Amino acid sequence: MTGRGLFRRSVLAFGLAFLYAPLVLVVIYSFTASKLATVWAGFSTRWYGELIADEALLEAAWLSLRLAFISATLALALGTLAGFALARFPRFSGRTLFAGMVFAPLAMPEIVMAISLLLLFVNMGEILGWPSQRGFLTLVIAHTTFTLSYVAVIVAGRLAESDRSIEEAALDLGASPLKTFFVITLPVIAPALAAGWLLAFSLSLDDVVTSQFISAPGATPLPVVVLGSVKLGVSPKINAIGAISVVLVLLATSAAYVVQSRRGRRLRQRSGL
Amino acid sequence: MSGGKNALPSAILPYAWLLVFFLAPLLVSLAISLTHAVDGSPPYSNPFDWPSLNLENYRSILSDDLYADALVNSIRVAATTALLCLLIGYPMAYAMALEPPGRRQILLMAIILPFFTSSLIRTYAMINLLKETGLINQALSALGLVDPAHPPSILYSDWAVQIGMVYNYLPFMILPLYANLARLDWTLAEAARDLGAPPWRAFATIVLPLSWPGIVSGVLLVFIPACGEYVVPTLLGGQNYPMIGTQLSTEFFQNRDWPLASAVAILLLAILVAPLLLLQWIARRSEAAA
Repeated sequence: MTGRGLFRRSVLAFGLAFLYAPLVLVVIYSFTASKLATVWAGFSTRWYGELIADEALLEAAWLSLRLAFISATLALALGTLAGFALARFPRFSGRTLFAGMVFAPLAMPEIVMAISLLLLFVNMGEILGWPSQRGFLTLVIAHTTFTLSYVAVIVAGRLAESDRSIEEAALDLGASPLKTFFVITLPVIAPALAAGWLLAFSLSLDDVVTSQFISAPGATPLPVVVLGSVKLGVSPKINAIGAISVVLVLLATSAAYVVQSRRGRRLRQRSGL
Repeated sequence: MSGGKNALPSAILPYAWLLVFFLAPLLVSLAISLTHAVDGSPPYSNPFDWPSLNLENYRSILSDDLYADALVNSIRVAATTALLCLLIGYPMAYAMALEPPGRRQILLMAIILPFFTSSLIRTYAMINLLKETGLINQALSALGLVDPAHPPSILYSDWAVQIGMVYNYLPFMILPLYANLARLDWTLAEAARDLGAPPWRAFATIVLPLSWPGIVSGVLLVFIPACGEYVVPTLLGGQNYPMIGTQLSTEFFQNRDWPLASAVAILLLAILVAPLLLLQWIARRSEAAA
């Protein structure tokens, strides 16, 4: 290896170590027998046992999972439509505003959207009588709103690089636009849909800021509960929650990677490349 | 135009959704920011009572040192974060782009993975490292570098916030930089080398200018959300660390001054409009190029 190759490898190694070391330590210290989060006192699974026994925490986790599943699915539907409109129609009236509304949430500080949505819900409650109070439904709306942008960008990106001639052929042969969309377009962008759904799911599952503003007593997602207890101090129990979430993300991302690369290989073989 | 004849069937649902749940909320905040706080539910005066609306909240934010500090500090922390992320992220993205394609995919996954883990958990992981009895001080005192009886405390300081921010936002910088560098025409740099340019010169005159769009989007993608960051300063900055995000939530939840909190949110957005538009302009240009 040349000197410069060595330098490049060390840059990557240090960078990845910076990204991963803190997470690895959370996983390791979730197995400590000590009551202190950063003291190693022998191997133990007691903190996982305490997690399972904590009903309030389990309830919050179950709520978070349902919330993430429903809002990711809604975001997938709306985001796919938005991505399709943006990728396939370079000009329509109101497109600039539409593109702005799709892209802005990706970069905007989340807290601004969170407080604005809360004020909207409160005002709607005052004027329309709905929602009379905040709860699961308002959380679903909020999470769908900030995750659909991610789906739209992924789908639009995939559509931009896909071959349009097959769609055009189907339309020329008399298939309706709707049928063309379901029979040709959807299968082509399927990996992007899977990736978009997974991203939306994990963003919703992890969300603290929006949830903190929109949640109500009785509908508190897990990260809001965790934030509350982290403010009071660290504990091996939170290490255990962190470890579980890191491992779940690891499994989900690797699964997505394997599916994508297998599919890529199959497509290349089929097209004789 | 081929394909479906018009955009309406695909655009109408997401368009309506975003108008109601993205644009309308911002307008509602704008309206509430012109009212004043009252005791009651909801805790603000009637936004439809036109004569009572005024800019008092904005005036008091801009004349209050607390907010001026928080505003300046947020911009300082966000700018430093963007700069540090660029300094760490550029060499990483550069090194990734020069790896063979198979390994690139794996590295890309390795960068995306922390992005998928919760920022709350990542920030929490930093507390484990930085607190007085944390792992960094344990390691340093084991090496005899610090006195274990009086360990220096990094947590609840500017440093802690800065480290936590860089840690959280680094993937946001690497991904656009990598996307740009991976597509770059490296034969140009090779040509420069073949014609006798030293490596630094080939980099400075060819690679760096070509990667400019990636640098600008990376910096903006870190800077804009970092200005309103809430979790990191709350957990690593200690009580009342002066950033706009933490100030906003204090005003909202503790002081229950919703009009003032909305004014802070609108002001933050106003400051970020220019960088947001710049980001969208770059995105549109690269979309057109592709």
